[in-house]
Amino acid sequence: MPTYNIIQAVNDALKLEMRRDANVVVLGEDVGKFGGVFRATQGLYEEFGSDRVIDTPLAESGIIGTALGMALYGLRPVPEIQFADFIFPAMDQIVSEVAKYRYRSGGQFSCPLVIRSPYGGGIRGGHYHSQSPEAYFLHTPGLKVVVPATPEDAKGLLVSAIRDPDPVLFFEPKRIYRAAKGEVPEGEYAIPLGQARVTRAGHQVTVLAWGAMWHEADQAAREAEQEGIDCEVVDLRSLAPLDLDTILGSVRKTGRAVIVHEAPRTCGFGAELSATIQERCFLSLEAPIARVTGFDTPFPYTLEHEYLPRAPRILRAIRETVRF
Amino acid sequence: MSPLARRRGANGSAAPTAPPAAVPEAEAYPLARVLRDDATADPAEVTLSDAELVALYRWMVLNRQLDERMVGLQRQGRIGFYIGSIGEEAAVFGTASAMAEQDWIFPCYREHGAALLRGLPLATFVCDLLGNAGDAMLGHQMPCHEAWRPGRFASISSPIGTQIPQAVGAAWAARIRREEMVSLVYFGEGATSSNDFHTGLNIAGVHKVPVVFACRNNGWAISVPRERQTAAATIAQKAVAYGLHGERVDGNDVLAVHAATRRARERALRGEGPSLLELVTYRLEGHSTSDDPRAYRPPEEVEPWRKKDPLLRLEAFLVKRGALDAAAGARLAAEAREQVQRAVQEAEAHPAKPPLETMFEGVYAEPLRPQREQLEELRRALADDPRVAGGRGT
Repeated sequence: MPTYNIIQAVNDALKLEMRRDANVVVLGEDVGKFGGVFRATQGLYEEFGSDRVIDTPLAESGIIGTALGMALYGLRPVPEIQFADFIFPAMDQIVSEVAKYRYRSGGQFSCPLVIRSPYGGGIRGGHYHSQSPEAYFLHTPGLKVVVPATPEDAKGLLVSAIRDPDPVLFFEPKRIYRAAKGEVPEGEYAIPLGQARVTRAGHQVTVLAWGAMWHEADQAAREAEQEGIDCEVVDLRSLAPLDLDTILGSVRKTGRAVIVHEAPRTCGFGAELSATIQERCFLSLEAPIARVTGFDTPFPYTLEHEYLPRAPRILRAIRETVRF
Repeated sequence: MSPLARRRGANGSAAPTAPPAAVPEAEAYPLARVLRDDATADPAEVTLSDAELVALYRWMVLNRQLDERMVGLQRQGRIGFYIGSIGEEAAVFGTASAMAEQDWIFPCYREHGAALLRGLPLATFVCDLLGNAGDAMLGHQMPCHEAWRPGRFASISSPIGTQIPQAVGAAWAARIRREEMVSLVYFGEGATSSNDFHTGLNIAGVHKVPVVFACRNNGWAISVPRERQTAAATIAQKAVAYGLHGERVDGNDVLAVHAATRRARERALRGEGPSLLELVTYRLEGHSTSDDPRAYRPPEEVEPWRKKDPLLRLEAFLVKRGALDAAAGARLAAEAREQVQRAVQEAEAHPAKPPLETMFEGVYAEPLRPQREQLEELRRALADDPRVAGGRGT
C-alpha cells in the first residue's frame, strides 16, 4: 500500500470517483489548472477537462448555489470552499437551500453534493484561515458532516460522501494535511459514514475527538499511560450521522468522558455530545463530563497554540476526570 | 462629527467631485411590444396559432379565477397565506409557454400558473395550500411554496434570489451532460438587489450557461418601490455589466413576452449565453394576503394599470382577430370558476394532516437515528396524552 498524506488521499479519492462516475464534477475557486491552493485537485483538470473541473468566479454563494442546481439535474458536484472560514457567504445556500431541498419539496427533489473545505487552526492563518465551523452545520437537519483524521479515512470517507444521497460537508483538517501520513489502500474502497473508530482501547476514561484534535487526544492518551491512566480514544469521523452506539458503549464501560474540539466551547458540538451522554449514561458516570475546547474568542493569530487544545491541556482534563 | 466630515473640513464641504458617468437611459432599452393599443398585432410577430393563443388565454383566465378564489379562502381562514399574480399573468404564461418540455423552471413564488401549465393538478395545488394529506410537499412548506418534479418545476424558497444560481447550475449540468435543456428562472425586481442575482448572472455570463433570467418587474417589493431597489433606469441594462443579452419587454403583452422568451431560449441553445429579460408589469394587488398595499401606494398609481390588464388586452386581440367571440371572456371565467371550485372540494376531502411520520421524512434520504428516535418519542407522548397533537395552529 502506498503511503499518502491527507492531500494525496483526497486527490486519489476524487480521481477514482471521477473515473468511476462521469457525473462527478469538481468546482470552485482555483481548483482547475492551479490544482487548488492546497493541491487537493492537482491533475484533475488535465485528466478530466474544463467541463468537469471548473474554475468558478470567486463567489461562495454562487459556487454552492450552482452546485445545488447541478445536483438537482443529476450531477454529483464536489464544490470546494477554499477555507472553511469563507463558507459564511454561502450559509444561506447551504442552510436554507441545500439542507432543506429534499424536505421542502416533500422528497421530490434531492441535491447530493459534497462541500469540501479545509478547516481548523495551527497554520498561522489568523481567524479568517483557522476556524472550525462544524457546529453551525450540525444544528441544521438535512446536512451530513464528516471530518477525517487520517489519510486512510480521508480517502475512504470522501468516497462514501460522494456516493451518499444526501449533502455532505467534508471538513479537512488542514494543519495535518501534510503532517499526517499513513498507508492508504490502492484503488476503490469506501468507509461507511456513521462509524466511529476506537483507536485505543482503555478502561478508565473515554476521550472523544475528531480531525486534528484526534492526534492531540491520542498523544495525551499516550502520556496518560505513562502516568498509569488507561484511556480509550474514539475518533468520531462523522459527526452526522453520529455513531452513538460506539460513544455510549465506551462511556458506559469507562464511566468517564473527555470531549475535545477546536471550535469555541459555547454551543460547540461538545455541548451536544455532553448532553447526550448525560441523558443516556447518567448512571454509568463516575465524574462530570469534561470539555477541552477552543475558547469563546475569535480565533487568535499569535496565541493560536495556547488557544488550540493541545495534548497537555487534554492530559490535565483526563487527570482531573479520573481523580474526581 | 463623522470622520468623513472631518476629512472634508470643519464645514463639511466636500471637494468637488466629477458628475457620475452617464448611465444608459430607459430609451436604450425600449419596451418591446407586439399587441398594439388598437388590439391588433404585427402578423410577423404572432408565431402562435389561434388555438394556441386561445389556450394561453384560458390558462390566464384560470389563473385569475384561482387567485381570486384563493384570496377568498385565505380571508375565510381556510388557508393560511396566499400570494397571487393578478395583473402579471402575461409575464408568467408568456415565458413558461415559450419553453420546451425538457426545460426546467426555477420559480420565484408568484408563478403557480407555470406549475399548472407543467401539469401540476389544480387539486394538488390546493392541497399544497392547505398543507393536508394530499400535499405533494407532505405539509413541510407554507402555502405557495410548491414543487413539481414531474413538470421539472423546482422548489420555491422564501429567501430572495437563491434560485438564480441554482437555475444556472441545472442548465450548466445539462450542458456538461450534452443534453439540450435551458433553465428559465423567475425573480422580481427586488431580487436584483440580492447577492445571488449578481453571482448568478456573473457566473452564467462567464461560462455562457444556457439560462433565461426572467425578471418580473412589477414595481414593488412588498412596500418598497422599484426606485428604492436600484438607481438604474432599467433592469435590462444590468445585463451589460455581466456581458449578457438584455431586453425590456412589455410584461402585460403575452405575445411580446412569449416571443422574447423564445428568442432567448434559442440564443441559449446556440451557445450565445444567457439573456436577462425585464418584463415590465404591475402588481395590481398586495404582495400577499399578509399586506395591504393601500398603506404604501396611492390608488391613482394602480388605476392606469388596470386598463393595461393583460387578460383584457389578449381578449380584445382575440376577439378582433375572430378567434374568440365577444361573450367568451365571461363564459371562460365562469368555467374556470367552476373548475377551481371542484378542485377546492376535491382538495378539502383529504385528511387535514399528513400522517405523523411524514414530519420526519425527507430530512435525509433515509432517516438518521435522531429522526427515528424523535418520532418514537413523539408517538409515546401522543399515546400518553393526545393533547400533545395540539390544534390546527394559528
